[in-house]
Amino acid sequence: MSRIRVSALTLALLLATLPITAQSGNEIHFCLRSEPKTFNPLKVDDDASLAVRYLTGGVLVRVNRKSQTVEGELADSWKLSKDARQITLKLRRNVRFSDGTPFSAEDVAFTVQRLMDPELHSPTGDAFRSGPGQVVTKIISPAEISITFPAPVIGLDRLLDQVALMSAHSPKKEMAVLGPFMVADYKAGASLHMVRNPNYWKHDAQGHSLPYLDGIVLDIQSNRDVELLRFQRGELDLINSLDSEYYEKLASASPGVVHDAGPSLDSEQMWFNEVAKAPIADYKKAWFRSTTFRMAISEAINREDLCRIVFRGHARPAIGAISPANRFWFNSKLSATPYNPDAALKLLSSAGFYMDHGVLRDAQGRAVEFSIITNSGSRSRERMIVLMQQDLQRIGIKVSVATLDFPALIERITQTFDYDAALLGLTNTDLDPDGQMNVWLSSAENHQWNPQQKTPETAWEGEIDELMHAQASNPDNAKRKKSFDRVQEIVLQQNPFLYLITKNALSAVSTRVRGADPVAVNPQTYWNIEFWTVQK
Amino acid sequence: MKLLRNAAWVCLAVVVIASAAAPWLAPAGYAMQSRDSFAAPPSHEHWLGTDDLGRDRFARLIYGTRISLLLAPAAALLSTLLAVLVGGLAGYMGGFWEKAAVGINDLFLSLPWLFLLITVRAMLPLDASPLTSVALTFLVLGLLGWTSAARVLCASAKTLRSSDFLRQARAAGLPASRLFWVHVVPNLRPVLAAQFWISIPVFILSEANLSILGLGVPEPMPSWGSLLRELEGLVSFREEPWKFVPLIVLVAVVTSFQLILSDREQVVA
Repeated sequence: MSRIRVSALTLALLLATLPITAQSGNEIHFCLRSEPKTFNPLKVDDDASLAVRYLTGGVLVRVNRKSQTVEGELADSWKLSKDARQITLKLRRNVRFSDGTPFSAEDVAFTVQRLMDPELHSPTGDAFRSGPGQVVTKIISPAEISITFPAPVIGLDRLLDQVALMSAHSPKKEMAVLGPFMVADYKAGASLHMVRNPNYWKHDAQGHSLPYLDGIVLDIQSNRDVELLRFQRGELDLINSLDSEYYEKLASASPGVVHDAGPSLDSEQMWFNEVAKAPIADYKKAWFRSTTFRMAISEAINREDLCRIVFRGHARPAIGAISPANRFWFNSKLSATPYNPDAALKLLSSAGFYMDHGVLRDAQGRAVEFSIITNSGSRSRERMIVLMQQDLQRIGIKVSVATLDFPALIERITQTFDYDAALLGLTNTDLDPDGQMNVWLSSAENHQWNPQQKTPETAWEGEIDELMHAQASNPDNAKRKKSFDRVQEIVLQQNPFLYLITKNALSAVSTRVRGADPVAVNPQTYWNIEFWTVQK
Repeated sequence: MKLLRNAAWVCLAVVVIASAAAPWLAPAGYAMQSRDSFAAPPSHEHWLGTDDLGRDRFARLIYGTRISLLLAPAAALLSTLLAVLVGGLAGYMGGFWEKAAVGINDLFLSLPWLFLLITVRAMLPLDASPLTSVALTFLVLGLLGWTSAARVLCASAKTLRSSDFLRQARAAGLPASRLFWVHVVPNLRPVLAAQFWISIPVFILSEANLSILGLGVPEPMPSWGSLLRELEGLVSFREEPWKFVPLIVLVAVVTSFQLILSDREQVVA
């Protein structure tokens, strides 16, 4: 067993075997935390492939990560029909793929047909499948095309941000790209070398070709300690997403390299198991299904302390399902549940709970105790639970902590439902609430507190279902927002998820890089990489 | 060598006494959070500073020592007993039983320990109290950690099987069970003692490994493993040297056990 105890040695050996790459030329280095599963932009379903798609793919429109507005890229202009079923796009002229093949409306039609091909099982394509029937593409001219969907597709123009165009004619297939970089060399398990696309269409205000960089080297490295050490040694130019602990370490050594872009889209939340068939005691189910109980727990948790102590101030108390970073969809009338243990006790006593020598008991005299599960290895989540343990102890509740390895945890929360409460995080990549249908619909698999309900088990879940369907079928964004604002209100009142904190978007960029402007939306750091330069 | 051995005994004695006196040395306890002074350096109030949640690191160290030093020997005792039952008995009986025991032993040795421990740990009840959970963790370690000792005991019992005194006892008509418990086991005692002492540091380190993976002693209860997790990502000794104290104590205790063990091995030889 002592063989297991080699982590420090392994780390040292790993570092010793890593190439000490001097920064050279006009290239930057950073890490992918896993192997890209595909280079086919339509089949992307993992973070590493997503990064490759962002850096190499050319899209018709792009959501500006800073302003969060939709901007034309390969589409000069576009027009959406009132029923949100059709989009007509005018394309940029004289654009070529990286291998020199000309770009035209034929390529857009080819990409859309491939995207919607049921045999391809494109995760990106799923967002466009609004109803049964065929998607019709009509090439009006080499630079104009209309795409008609069988049913309204809400946020159609925004969704095109995820569709990297492919060439209909290039023999290089998906390796012929329209984005700022192209893949030059790929060593499985080691690195990915990208070079600038010589045919990239975009120019700066002075007419210079973009991108300014000659290339990017992406090392495949899952160990975050190694990533941090390599950054400190000057071998990497950026860390795209930093933990608050690493942020503080880097900030104390070199404050100029770290960036806190404010609240991100990511949150940490806790929920109680409300599944009727869960193999837990009935009295516990009754507690967990009580809105008053959940509200009281929410009020008894000191979110400010979670932010201050666990995240060293690089987080803020979460308000609800949508982060304030999502400027349009966030319901600004709502505020985070304040820490108030006295109010929590009052709420609990109104539901029949009472204190007995420092122990909270329910109306039948049972001591209130439950366990919270989370994934092992996540220091921040473990620390959050330990702080909550003490917070809840103040109102007489005993909480036990159980850390499980990820597969065991997922099995409990999705298959066996053998748990009391869980703490996990939510990583949001989509600004539009349509991407959260799989969470809020009572029939959805990711409706974690009580998934896959045949009919909504509570009135408020029924109302959320209606509101989510309403926002998903109305092309008018103002009306959609009204519906989704109400969803956020209900979630805050009912607390199916106890939103705890919203993490800040933290990153590190080497001082030799110029032009970096980290933001809250993914990819937080390199969203504008085509404008980056390096100081030689 | 004698000096080193004495130093080892003194070191163990100091550690044991300090952990026994934990309630007096650290009256605030290991779970008390001073939320306004988290990650603080050593001070008069907190001799080894506070951890990331504001808990006194010294209190956590001595309480953690108590847990590791109490339960690791218990797990070692359990695994040694199992080793006697499986290895000792198989070596004594020989034939089919020996082959079967060696087969089972080989099977256990070939199992991926870490994954097995993770799987067994995941099957434990979630609402167990920290004390129950830590006892179960060490129980699992004890139940799974008998294989190496069993192999050694099997070989030792095998050499005893054909010894003259056993032949005489057998000829006198003593039943097999009495032969084993009265004549074989006492003669295995030096090997048993050595295996017991060897197992203690192994179990201490195993718990530390599980804790590093977040699967050992549950929060807020401390153990050496959970204290060592603070060293994750620490790049320089000079940065926060007081964080290394649990590691130094662990190394000192394991080294002391090894020194005492080597002394006992010499006695056995």
